[in-house]
Amino acid sequence: MPKIKLPTKSPHIDMTPMVDLFSVVLTFLMLTTTMRQPEPAPVDTPTSISEKTTPDANWMTLLLSKDDKVFLNFDNGPDTLLAFRPKILSEMGKRYNIEFTEAELNEFKKYPSSIGVPIMKMKEFLDSKDNKVRTAMQTGIPIDSTDNQLADWIFCTRTVNPNVQAQIKGDAKTGFEVVKRVLDIMADKNVFKFNLITTLEAVKINLAEIQK
Amino acid sequence: MAEIIQEEKAGGKKKAKKHAPHIDMTPMVDLMCLLITFFMLTTAFSKAKIMEINLPEKLKDKTVEPPKISASRTHNLILGPNDKIYWYTGTVKPEDYNNLPPLTELDFSSGPNGVRQTMLERNRALFKKIDDFKNQVLTGKIVLPPDSVQKHISKMKTDDDTGPIVLIKAYKKATYGDFVNILDEMNICGIARYTFVEIAWYEEKMVETAAGIASTTTPAKK
Repeated sequence: MPKIKLPTKSPHIDMTPMVDLFSVVLTFLMLTTTMRQPEPAPVDTPTSISEKTTPDANWMTLLLSKDDKVFLNFDNGPDTLLAFRPKILSEMGKRYNIEFTEAELNEFKKYPSSIGVPIMKMKEFLDSKDNKVRTAMQTGIPIDSTDNQLADWIFCTRTVNPNVQAQIKGDAKTGFEVVKRVLDIMADKNVFKFNLITTLEAVKINLAEIQK
Repeated sequence: MAEIIQEEKAGGKKKAKKHAPHIDMTPMVDLMCLLITFFMLTTAFSKAKIMEINLPEKLKDKTVEPPKISASRTHNLILGPNDKIYWYTGTVKPEDYNNLPPLTELDFSSGPNGVRQTMLERNRALFKKIDDFKNQVLTGKIVLPPDSVQKHISKMKTDDDTGPIVLIKAYKKATYGDFVNILDEMNICGIARYTFVEIAWYEEKMVETAAGIASTTTPAKK
Protein backbone atom coordinates (compact mmCIF):
# COMPACT_ATOMS: atom_id res chain seq x y z
CA MET A 1 0.00 0.00 0.00
CA PRO A 2 1.48 3.24 -0.96
CA LYS A 3 1.93 5.63 1.85
CA ILE A 4 0.10 8.91 1.58
CA LYS A 5 2.72 11.57 1.20
CA LEU A 6 2.38 14.14 3.89
CA PRO A 7 3.49 17.63 2.98
CA THR A 8 6.91 18.16 4.41
CA LYS A 9 6.75 21.92 4.16
CA SER A 10 5.92 23.81 7.33
CA PRO A 11 2.39 25.24 7.16
CA HIS A 12 2.79 28.68 5.82
CA ILE A 13 -0.13 31.02 6.28
CA ASP A 14 -0.40 33.87 3.90
CA MET A 15 -0.66 36.89 6.11
CA THR A 16 -1.18 39.46 3.41
CA PRO A 17 -4.97 39.82 3.88
CA MET A 18 -4.45 40.08 7.61
CA VAL A 19 -1.89 42.82 7.12
CA ASP A 20 -4.28 44.58 4.76
CA LEU A 21 -7.05 44.49 7.29
CA PHE A 22 -4.78 45.65 10.07
CA SER A 23 -3.56 48.54 7.99
CA VAL A 24 -7.10 49.68 7.38
CA VAL A 25 -8.03 49.46 11.05
CA LEU A 26 -4.81 51.18 12.05
CA THR A 27 -5.30 54.02 9.61
CA PHE A 28 -8.88 54.46 10.77
CA LEU A 29 -7.88 54.56 14.43
CA MET A 30 -5.01 56.93 13.78
CA LEU A 31 -7.22 59.33 11.90
CA THR A 32 -10.06 59.27 14.39
CA THR A 33 -8.07 59.62 17.61
CA THR A 34 -7.80 63.05 19.01
CA MET A 35 -4.51 63.24 20.73
CA ARG A 36 -4.72 64.72 24.14
CA GLN A 37 -3.10 68.10 24.03
CA PRO A 38 -0.78 69.14 26.79
CA GLU A 39 -2.48 71.68 29.01
CA PRO A 40 -0.68 74.90 29.88
CA ALA A 41 -0.80 73.92 33.53
CA PRO A 42 -0.74 70.42 34.96
CA VAL A 43 -4.13 69.64 36.44
CA ASP A 44 -4.92 66.71 38.66
CA THR A 45 -8.69 66.37 38.53
CA PRO A 46 -10.65 65.11 41.53
CA THR A 47 -12.38 61.74 41.41
CA SER A 48 -16.08 60.95 41.26
CA ILE A 49 -18.40 58.06 40.50
CA SER A 50 -19.91 59.76 37.47
CA GLU A 51 -19.66 57.77 34.27
CA LYS A 52 -20.91 60.37 31.85
CA THR A 53 -18.39 61.45 29.26
CA THR A 54 -17.66 64.90 27.95
CA PRO A 55 -19.57 66.08 24.90
CA ASP A 56 -17.71 65.99 21.58
CA ALA A 57 -18.63 69.49 20.55
CA ASN A 58 -20.18 72.68 21.85
CA TRP A 59 -18.13 72.93 24.98
CA MET A 60 -16.06 75.53 26.67
CA THR A 61 -13.68 74.37 29.31
CA LEU A 62 -12.41 76.51 32.12
CA LEU A 63 -9.14 75.22 33.39
CA LEU A 64 -8.38 76.23 36.97
CA SER A 65 -4.80 75.52 37.87
CA LYS A 66 -3.27 74.96 41.28
CA ASP A 67 -1.75 78.44 41.35
CA ASP A 68 -5.18 80.04 40.81
CA LYS A 69 -4.77 80.84 37.13
CA VAL A 70 -7.73 80.55 34.81
CA PHE A 71 -7.42 79.22 31.29
CA LEU A 72 -10.12 78.88 28.70
CA ASN A 73 -10.61 76.54 25.81
CA PHE A 74 -13.47 76.00 23.40
CA ASP A 75 -14.08 73.92 20.34
CA ASN A 76 -14.67 74.75 16.72
CA GLY A 77 -18.20 73.43 16.80
CA PRO A 78 -19.64 70.10 15.64
CA ASP A 79 -18.30 70.84 12.18
CA THR A 80 -14.89 72.45 11.77
CA LEU A 81 -16.33 74.50 8.92
CA LEU A 82 -18.33 76.41 11.50
CA ALA A 83 -15.01 77.71 12.83
CA PHE A 84 -16.30 79.06 16.11
CA ARG A 85 -12.86 79.76 17.53
CA PRO A 86 -11.78 82.51 15.10
CA LYS A 87 -15.27 84.02 15.30
CA ILE A 88 -15.06 84.20 19.07
CA LEU A 89 -11.62 85.76 18.87
CA SER A 90 -12.65 88.43 16.39
CA GLU A 91 -15.70 89.16 18.56
CA MET A 92 -13.35 89.57 21.50
CA GLY A 93 -11.12 91.78 19.35
CA LYS A 94 -14.05 94.05 18.58
CA ARG A 95 -14.74 94.55 22.27
CA TYR A 96 -11.14 95.50 22.97
CA ASN A 97 -10.49 97.32 19.68
CA ILE A 98 -7.91 94.86 18.49
CA GLU A 99 -7.85 93.91 14.84
CA PHE A 100 -6.70 90.37 14.22
CA THR A 101 -5.29 89.41 10.85
CA GLU A 102 -6.44 86.41 8.85
CA ALA A 103 -3.26 84.53 9.72
CA GLU A 104 -3.71 85.19 13.41
CA LEU A 105 -7.31 84.01 13.34
CA ASN A 106 -6.23 80.90 11.53
CA GLU A 107 -3.49 80.30 14.06
CA PHE A 108 -6.04 80.66 16.84
CA LYS A 109 -8.39 78.25 15.09
CA LYS A 110 -5.74 75.58 15.04
CA TYR A 111 -4.27 76.22 18.48
CA PRO A 112 -5.07 72.98 20.24
CA SER A 113 -4.76 73.79 23.90
CA SER A 114 -6.22 76.08 26.51
CA ILE A 115 -5.32 79.73 26.42
CA GLY A 116 -4.56 81.92 29.37
CA VAL A 117 -3.30 85.05 27.69
CA PRO A 118 -4.63 88.53 28.45
CA ILE A 119 -6.32 89.83 25.31
CA MET A 120 -3.83 92.70 24.95
CA LYS A 121 -1.05 90.16 24.49
CA MET A 122 -3.05 87.85 22.27
CA LYS A 123 -1.64 89.29 19.04
CA GLU A 124 1.91 88.85 20.25
CA PHE A 125 1.05 85.35 21.47
CA LEU A 126 -0.35 84.24 18.12
CA ASP A 127 2.49 85.80 16.15
CA SER A 128 5.26 84.14 18.11
CA LYS A 129 6.15 80.72 16.86
CA ASP A 130 8.35 79.67 19.74
CA ASN A 131 6.63 77.39 22.22
CA LYS A 132 8.72 78.61 25.14
CA VAL A 133 7.77 82.21 24.52
CA ARG A 134 4.15 81.17 24.33
CA THR A 135 4.26 79.23 27.56
CA ALA A 136 5.80 82.20 29.31
CA MET A 137 2.92 84.37 28.12
CA GLN A 138 0.26 82.08 29.58
CA THR A 139 -0.32 84.06 32.74
CA GLY A 140 -4.00 83.25 33.03
CA ILE A 141 -7.07 85.19 31.95
CA PRO A 142 -7.69 88.22 34.20
CA ILE A 143 -10.76 87.77 36.39
CA ASP A 144 -10.57 90.89 38.58
CA SER A 145 -13.64 93.03 38.73
CA THR A 146 -11.63 95.89 37.17
CA ASP A 147 -10.40 93.83 34.25
CA ASN A 148 -12.86 91.00 33.87
CA GLN A 149 -11.81 89.48 30.58
CA LEU A 150 -13.18 86.06 31.46
CA ALA A 151 -16.72 87.47 31.52
CA ASP A 152 -16.15 88.90 28.04
CA TRP A 153 -14.78 85.62 26.77
CA ILE A 154 -17.82 83.79 28.10
CA PHE A 155 -20.14 86.39 26.64
CA CYS A 156 -18.48 86.18 23.21
CA THR A 157 -18.46 82.39 23.27
CA ARG A 158 -22.14 82.31 24.07
CA THR A 159 -22.93 84.88 21.41
CA VAL A 160 -21.14 82.91 18.73
CA ASN A 161 -22.27 79.49 19.93
CA PRO A 162 -25.51 79.62 21.96
CA ASN A 163 -25.47 75.85 22.56
CA VAL A 164 -22.19 75.91 24.38
CA GLN A 165 -21.91 73.89 27.57
CA ALA A 166 -19.64 75.08 30.33
CA GLN A 167 -17.16 72.65 31.77
CA ILE A 168 -14.88 73.19 34.69
CA LYS A 169 -11.63 71.33 34.93
CA GLY A 170 -9.90 72.13 38.14
CA ASP A 171 -7.05 70.77 40.14
CA ALA A 172 -8.14 69.13 43.39
CA LYS A 173 -5.93 71.59 45.25
CA THR A 174 -7.26 74.75 43.63
CA GLY A 175 -8.42 77.15 46.31
CA PHE A 176 -12.13 77.71 46.53
CA GLU A 177 -11.87 81.49 46.29
CA VAL A 178 -10.96 81.36 42.61
CA VAL A 179 -13.62 78.71 41.97
CA LYS A 180 -16.19 80.93 43.66
CA ARG A 181 -15.08 83.90 41.60
CA VAL A 182 -15.41 81.93 38.38
CA LEU A 183 -18.83 80.57 39.36
CA ASP A 184 -19.94 84.12 40.16
CA ILE A 185 -18.77 85.40 36.79
CA MET A 186 -20.61 82.57 35.08
CA ALA A 187 -23.76 83.23 37.10
CA ASP A 188 -23.59 86.88 36.04
CA LYS A 189 -23.59 85.68 32.46
CA ASN A 190 -26.55 83.39 33.20
CA VAL A 191 -24.62 80.15 33.11
CA PHE A 192 -25.92 77.95 35.90
CA LYS A 193 -25.34 74.50 34.51
CA PHE A 194 -21.88 73.08 34.67
CA ASN A 195 -20.06 69.92 33.91
CA LEU A 196 -17.28 69.25 36.33
CA ILE A 197 -14.55 67.18 34.75
CA THR A 198 -13.50 64.37 37.02
CA THR A 199 -11.68 61.08 36.97
CA LEU A 200 -13.73 57.95 37.41
CA GLU A 201 -13.41 56.12 40.67
CA ALA A 202 -15.85 53.37 41.49
CA VAL A 203 -17.28 53.35 44.99
CA LYS A 204 -19.31 50.55 46.41
CA ILE A 205 -21.46 50.95 49.45
CA ASN A 206 -22.44 48.02 51.52
CA LEU A 207 -26.03 48.56 52.55
CA ALA A 208 -25.95 45.83 55.19
CA GLU A 209 -23.01 47.49 56.83
CA ILE A 210 -24.76 50.84 56.95
CA GLN A 211 -27.90 49.43 58.46
CA LYS A 212 -26.05 48.03 61.43
CA MET B 1 24.77 43.54 -27.32
CA ALA B 2 21.02 43.60 -27.28
CA GLU B 3 20.94 39.84 -27.43
CA ILE B 4 23.26 39.46 -24.47
CA ILE B 5 21.16 41.71 -22.37
CA GLN B 6 18.05 39.77 -23.25
CA GLU B 7 19.74 36.61 -22.23
CA GLU B 8 20.69 38.07 -18.91
CA LYS B 9 17.17 39.21 -18.33
CA ALA B 10 15.80 35.83 -19.10
CA GLY B 11 18.22 34.28 -16.64
CA GLY B 12 17.23 36.70 -13.94
CA LYS B 13 13.57 35.90 -14.43
CA LYS B 14 14.23 32.25 -13.99
CA LYS B 15 16.02 32.84 -10.73
CA ALA B 16 13.19 34.96 -9.42
CA LYS B 17 10.76 32.17 -10.18
CA LYS B 18 12.81 29.73 -8.18
CA HIS B 19 12.51 31.66 -4.95
CA ALA B 20 9.02 33.05 -4.96
CA PRO B 21 9.24 36.40 -3.21
CA HIS B 22 7.85 35.48 0.14
CA ILE B 23 8.31 38.04 2.82
CA ASP B 24 7.79 36.91 6.35
CA MET B 25 5.12 39.27 7.59
CA THR B 26 4.88 38.00 11.16
CA PRO B 27 6.90 40.82 12.76
CA MET B 28 4.89 43.36 10.81
CA VAL B 29 1.64 41.82 12.02
CA ASP B 30 3.00 41.83 15.56
CA LEU B 31 3.83 45.48 15.36
CA MET B 32 0.47 46.37 13.88
CA CYS B 33 -1.32 44.43 16.58
CA LEU B 34 0.53 46.45 19.17
CA LEU B 35 -0.30 49.74 17.49
CA ILE B 36 -3.96 48.84 17.07
CA THR B 37 -4.22 47.83 20.71
CA PHE B 38 -2.58 51.07 21.73
CA PHE B 39 -4.88 53.22 19.65
CA MET B 40 -7.98 51.35 20.67
CA LEU B 41 -7.19 51.68 24.34
CA THR B 42 -6.27 55.34 24.16
CA THR B 43 -9.40 56.26 22.21
CA ALA B 44 -11.64 54.42 24.62
CA PHE B 45 -10.13 55.89 27.76
CA SER B 46 -9.10 59.37 26.77
CA LYS B 47 -12.61 60.77 27.17
CA ALA B 48 -12.90 62.61 30.41
CA LYS B 49 -15.76 61.95 32.76
CA ILE B 50 -18.08 64.70 33.82
CA MET B 51 -20.38 65.37 36.73
CA GLU B 52 -23.29 67.66 36.10
CA ILE B 53 -24.32 70.33 38.56
CA ASN B 54 -26.98 72.98 38.48
CA LEU B 55 -26.47 76.04 40.57
CA PRO B 56 -29.40 78.04 41.88
CA GLU B 57 -30.07 81.11 39.83
CA LYS B 58 -28.94 84.37 41.24
CA LEU B 59 -31.82 86.42 42.49
CA LYS B 60 -31.36 89.75 40.82
CA ASP B 61 -34.45 91.10 42.48
CA LYS B 62 -33.64 91.30 46.18
CA THR B 63 -37.26 91.65 47.23
CA VAL B 64 -38.16 88.15 46.07
CA GLU B 65 -38.06 85.76 49.00
CA PRO B 66 -36.02 82.62 48.48
CA PRO B 67 -38.08 79.42 48.58
CA LYS B 68 -38.99 78.27 52.07
CA ILE B 69 -37.81 74.86 53.20
CA SER B 70 -38.56 73.10 56.43
CA ALA B 71 -35.81 73.55 58.99
CA SER B 72 -36.00 70.01 60.34
CA ARG B 73 -35.05 68.57 56.97
CA THR B 74 -32.33 71.10 56.29
CA HIS B 75 -28.76 69.99 56.73
CA ASN B 76 -25.94 72.41 56.22
CA LEU B 77 -22.58 71.08 55.14
CA ILE B 78 -19.86 73.66 55.20
CA LEU B 79 -16.58 72.84 53.52
CA GLY B 80 -13.83 73.98 55.81
CA PRO B 81 -10.05 74.16 55.61
CA ASN B 82 -7.88 71.00 55.60
CA ASP B 83 -10.51 68.81 53.90
CA LYS B 84 -12.89 69.01 56.85
CA ILE B 85 -16.64 69.38 56.67
CA TYR B 86 -18.61 71.20 59.32
CA TRP B 87 -22.19 70.21 59.72
CA TYR B 88 -25.27 71.49 61.47
CA THR B 89 -28.99 70.91 61.16
CA GLY B 90 -31.69 73.50 60.85
CA THR B 91 -31.28 77.15 60.17
CA VAL B 92 -29.47 79.93 61.95
CA LYS B 93 -30.64 83.50 61.81
CA PRO B 94 -28.20 86.38 61.67
CA GLU B 95 -29.78 87.84 64.81
CA ASP B 96 -28.44 85.14 67.10
CA TYR B 97 -24.84 85.49 66.05
CA ASN B 98 -23.80 85.73 69.69
CA ASN B 99 -25.27 82.34 70.34
CA LEU B 100 -24.34 80.23 67.35
CA PRO B 101 -24.96 76.48 67.43
CA PRO B 102 -21.88 74.26 67.59
CA LEU B 103 -20.73 72.49 64.45
CA THR B 104 -19.99 68.81 64.08
CA GLU B 105 -16.77 68.00 62.32
CA LEU B 106 -16.88 65.40 59.56
CA ASP B 107 -14.35 64.16 57.05
CA PHE B 108 -14.40 62.47 53.66
CA SER B 109 -13.67 58.99 54.98
CA SER B 110 -16.28 56.25 54.92
CA GLY B 111 -15.88 55.63 58.66
CA PRO B 112 -18.27 56.68 61.43
CA ASN B 113 -16.99 60.25 61.30
CA GLY B 114 -17.37 60.42 57.56
CA VAL B 115 -19.90 62.43 55.69
CA ARG B 116 -21.08 59.34 53.84
CA GLN B 117 -22.34 57.47 56.89
CA THR B 118 -23.89 60.57 58.37
CA MET B 119 -25.78 61.39 55.23
CA LEU B 120 -26.77 57.81 54.52
CA GLU B 121 -28.25 57.53 57.98
CA ARG B 122 -30.51 60.45 57.21
CA ASN B 123 -31.32 59.28 53.73
CA ARG B 124 -31.74 55.62 54.53
CA ALA B 125 -35.35 55.28 53.38
CA LEU B 126 -34.74 56.64 49.90
CA PHE B 127 -31.37 54.97 49.54
CA LYS B 128 -32.90 51.59 50.42
CA LYS B 129 -35.72 52.16 47.96
CA ILE B 130 -33.27 52.93 45.16
CA ASP B 131 -31.03 50.04 46.11
CA ASP B 132 -33.94 47.58 46.16
CA PHE B 133 -35.05 48.85 42.80
CA LYS B 134 -31.56 48.43 41.36
CA ASN B 135 -31.35 44.90 42.75
CA GLN B 136 -34.69 43.98 41.25
CA VAL B 137 -33.52 45.26 37.89
CA LEU B 138 -30.27 43.32 38.19
CA THR B 139 -31.98 40.05 39.16
CA GLY B 140 -34.53 40.46 36.40
CA LYS B 141 -37.61 40.91 38.57
CA ILE B 142 -38.32 44.18 36.85
CA VAL B 143 -37.58 44.30 33.17
CA LEU B 144 -36.93 47.77 31.87
CA PRO B 145 -34.97 49.24 29.00
CA PRO B 146 -31.66 50.60 30.31
CA ASP B 147 -32.55 54.23 29.64
CA SER B 148 -35.63 54.21 31.81
CA VAL B 149 -33.79 52.83 34.85
CA GLN B 150 -32.12 56.18 35.39
CA LYS B 151 -35.44 57.91 34.77
CA HIS B 152 -37.13 55.77 37.41
CA ILE B 153 -34.41 56.56 39.92
CA SER B 154 -34.62 60.27 39.30
CA LYS B 155 -38.42 60.08 39.61
CA MET B 156 -38.01 58.34 42.96
CA LYS B 157 -35.75 61.18 43.99
CA THR B 158 -38.18 63.91 42.98
CA ASP B 159 -41.08 62.10 44.66
CA ASP B 160 -39.21 61.81 47.91
CA ASP B 161 -40.44 64.33 50.44
CA THR B 162 -39.02 63.12 53.74
CA GLY B 163 -35.31 62.88 53.02
CA PRO B 164 -32.79 65.53 53.87
CA ILE B 165 -32.32 68.77 52.01
CA VAL B 166 -28.63 69.43 51.93
CA LEU B 167 -27.23 72.90 51.55
CA ILE B 168 -23.58 72.88 50.62
CA LYS B 169 -21.55 75.90 51.51
CA ALA B 170 -17.88 76.54 51.24
CA TYR B 171 -15.60 78.46 53.51
CA LYS B 172 -13.00 80.40 51.54
CA LYS B 173 -10.13 78.10 52.58
CA ALA B 174 -11.79 75.06 51.04
CA THR B 175 -10.46 73.52 47.84
CA TYR B 176 -12.04 72.62 44.54
CA GLY B 177 -11.38 68.96 45.31
CA ASP B 178 -13.56 69.20 48.43
CA PHE B 179 -16.31 70.75 46.37
CA VAL B 180 -16.29 67.93 43.84
CA ASN B 181 -15.97 65.32 46.57
CA ILE B 182 -18.99 66.56 48.48
CA LEU B 183 -21.12 66.60 45.34
CA ASP B 184 -19.89 63.11 44.64
CA GLU B 185 -20.88 62.00 48.15
CA MET B 186 -24.35 63.40 47.51
CA ASN B 187 -24.58 61.22 44.40
CA ILE B 188 -23.26 58.19 46.25
CA CYS B 189 -25.74 58.62 49.09
CA GLY B 190 -28.56 59.20 46.64
CA ILE B 191 -29.55 62.50 48.23
CA ALA B 192 -32.54 63.79 46.32
CA ARG B 193 -32.23 67.47 47.12
CA TYR B 194 -28.95 69.22 47.46
CA THR B 195 -27.67 72.49 46.23
CA PHE B 196 -24.73 74.78 46.54
CA VAL B 197 -25.44 78.09 48.20
CA GLU B 198 -23.37 81.02 49.23
CA ILE B 199 -22.00 80.97 52.76
CA ALA B 200 -23.35 83.55 55.20
CA TRP B 201 -21.01 85.61 57.34
CA TYR B 202 -22.26 84.05 60.58
CA GLU B 203 -21.58 80.62 59.15
CA GLU B 204 -18.05 81.66 58.31
CA LYS B 205 -17.75 82.71 61.92
CA MET B 206 -19.04 79.35 63.08
CA VAL B 207 -16.43 77.56 60.99
CA GLU B 208 -13.70 79.83 62.30
CA THR B 209 -14.70 79.06 65.88
CA ALA B 210 -14.87 75.35 65.20
CA ALA B 211 -11.58 75.21 63.34
CA GLY B 212 -9.83 77.63 65.68
CA ILE B 213 -8.91 80.27 63.12
CA ALA B 214 -8.75 83.96 63.94
CA SER B 215 -11.96 85.58 62.83
CA THR B 216 -11.84 87.61 59.66
CA THR B 217 -15.52 88.30 59.22
CA THR B 218 -17.50 91.14 60.66
CA PRO B 219 -21.20 91.04 61.39
CA ALA B 220 -21.60 94.40 59.68
CA LYS B 221 -21.28 92.66 56.33
CA LYS B 222 -24.73 91.33 55.82
